[in-house]
Amino acid sequence: MSVAVQGATGKGSRERDQRPGLLERLKRSYAKHWYAYAMIAPVVLVLGVLVFYPLVQGIWLTLTDANSLNVARKIGVNEIPASYQYVGFHNYADILWGPGSYDRFWSHFVWTIAWTVVCVCLHYTLGLGLAVLLNKKLRGRAAYRMLLILPWAVPTFVTVFSWRLMLSDGGVVNTMLSALHLPEPGWLTDPWAQKAAAILVNTWAGVPFMMISLLGGLQAIPAELYEAAEMDGATRWQQFRHITLPGLRSVSSTVVLLGVIWTFNQFNVIFLLFGKGAPDAQLLVTWAYRLAFGQIPQDFAQSASYGVILLSILIVFTAFYRRWLARNEQANG
Amino acid sequence: MSTTTERPAAAATAAPGARPAKFRPRGESSPLSKALSHGVLILASLIALFPVGWILFVSLGPDKTDYLHPGEIFGKLTLSNYQHVLADTDFFTWFGNALLVSGITTVFGVLLAATTGYAVSRMKFPGHKPLMWSLLVTQMFPIAVLIVPMYTMLSELGLLDSYTGLILVYSTTTVPYCAWLLKGYFDTIPVEIDEAGRVDGLSPFGTFWRLVLPLARPGLAVAAFYSFLTYWAEVPFASTFMLSSDKYTLAVGLQSFVSEHDAQWNLMAATAVLIAIPSAAFFYLVQRHLVTGLTAGASKS
Repeated sequence: MSVAVQGATGKGSRERDQRPGLLERLKRSYAKHWYAYAMIAPVVLVLGVLVFYPLVQGIWLTLTDANSLNVARKIGVNEIPASYQYVGFHNYADILWGPGSYDRFWSHFVWTIAWTVVCVCLHYTLGLGLAVLLNKKLRGRAAYRMLLILPWAVPTFVTVFSWRLMLSDGGVVNTMLSALHLPEPGWLTDPWAQKAAAILVNTWAGVPFMMISLLGGLQAIPAELYEAAEMDGATRWQQFRHITLPGLRSVSSTVVLLGVIWTFNQFNVIFLLFGKGAPDAQLLVTWAYRLAFGQIPQDFAQSASYGVILLSILIVFTAFYRRWLARNEQANG
Repeated sequence: MSTTTERPAAAATAAPGARPAKFRPRGESSPLSKALSHGVLILASLIALFPVGWILFVSLGPDKTDYLHPGEIFGKLTLSNYQHVLADTDFFTWFGNALLVSGITTVFGVLLAATTGYAVSRMKFPGHKPLMWSLLVTQMFPIAVLIVPMYTMLSELGLLDSYTGLILVYSTTTVPYCAWLLKGYFDTIPVEIDEAGRVDGLSPFGTFWRLVLPLARPGLAVAAFYSFLTYWAEVPFASTFMLSSDKYTLAVGLQSFVSEHDAQWNLMAATAVLIAIPSAAFFYLVQRHLVTGLTAGASKS
């Protein structure tokens, strides 16, 4: 609703009764919106060239049997042309119900879903809890905030590496556990402990973002609401339930959506924590990366197919999530 | 299980439910709930701090297995790891590469994203909704779907193992996210400011450039911080696309300390600390804006 738009609308309505043709309408739309289009042009260009084009290529690859032995490549001065073939939906069928599909796909699928749900729940509850505490009038609030954001300020690469040293056999975590006479799991070697370790590290790394976002949301809730609630004799819990949570709804819905997307596609934590080991703790995304770059011959087609499947899952989820949000909004609004 | 992190959750969510004292000025908590809050926050801070402190500590031990018996490090604290990394390795080359790539990506990403963020925030135009939707969908691209075609695309263009190639690849995620974030921030700047600018005869570009952009500095800072941090120590793309050791970024070069036979964890630790310094410095510069900048983006999607 900038002035630019308003000015242009006035002109448009004056001429409306003439029922302009398509060309005229396009022209008018251009005159009205050219500022907007000029402004979005750089991003549209970047998205088109750098995202859309590779995406189309990627989807095409999933319909072929491309691998590192049959794609176009150079060996010395010889250029070898691509020799892969169109195979239709064979890759998808093979991944979803081919032989061994449970070990190759479904086990990772189940783990990825579990991982996403557990991580996002932990991120959200811990982040919200800490945000509520930081929003209180407490001495040293700013200092706490600085310290709590720290995991976020240091590159994942560094912090995950530190966790790897801490969780290794004989590392500091197990030393502490043994001092407390607790069992010492092989965090980086035992399949279940690997999963726990991955969740632990990812939770540690992801809470600051949630905390800061939710803190901002809490600060935007008008203090008068709490004042009024207190006058009416509402308990702290009631205030939290009926003022804080609804007040955070828009922030929450966004950070949860982003959290789900990022966690589902979380690459760094698993990749850096386990390197080439830990076949059981691989998420779909790291597994797909392995197919393309962690083995010989590199299976480009299967890897891209995993990518398309992942993307479809997320798009379906997002569509449902948004619809659900919209319905909730109506019910509560 | 992750008992260490679950504990504050239980305590933290319980805290708001703590029994309120009968009469107490608004916003003041009872001494008990105050003590409890401090306790939880101190515990959480320790957990947040520990791994970072730990790697700093390990980096001071000269031997590559020192992380296994940290007690011994106290007896032989030394900066020799740092000395070795700085003097005898390609550290500065890698550092420069990483700085170059993430710096250009950041500037490029934020500048490109700003105009788009402004356009979707202030103007209604055909294609508005699909654009917003595609900005969101790009967030969802698992690297697996793009990395292979990008690899072939870059190799066709001869951009494999080049800074340009890596910057282009990084831009694919940083630009849409920054646009999304900035759109939210622009939404919080009152439209009246634009209107005043227009009345004074500024074009929409002029309004954007002279009035809105300066006001949006906190949002820009957060977007810049985000993209710098993401790419400063990015691993999968960099290690896939950068092939020769003089083009490595820090995070990739670092891996060469841990070969199959000889894992020099002490050197890794020292380098990791050195990597963390620039991002921590950048973080310190923008942290004042972090709450406002980020939430604006999150709350007004």
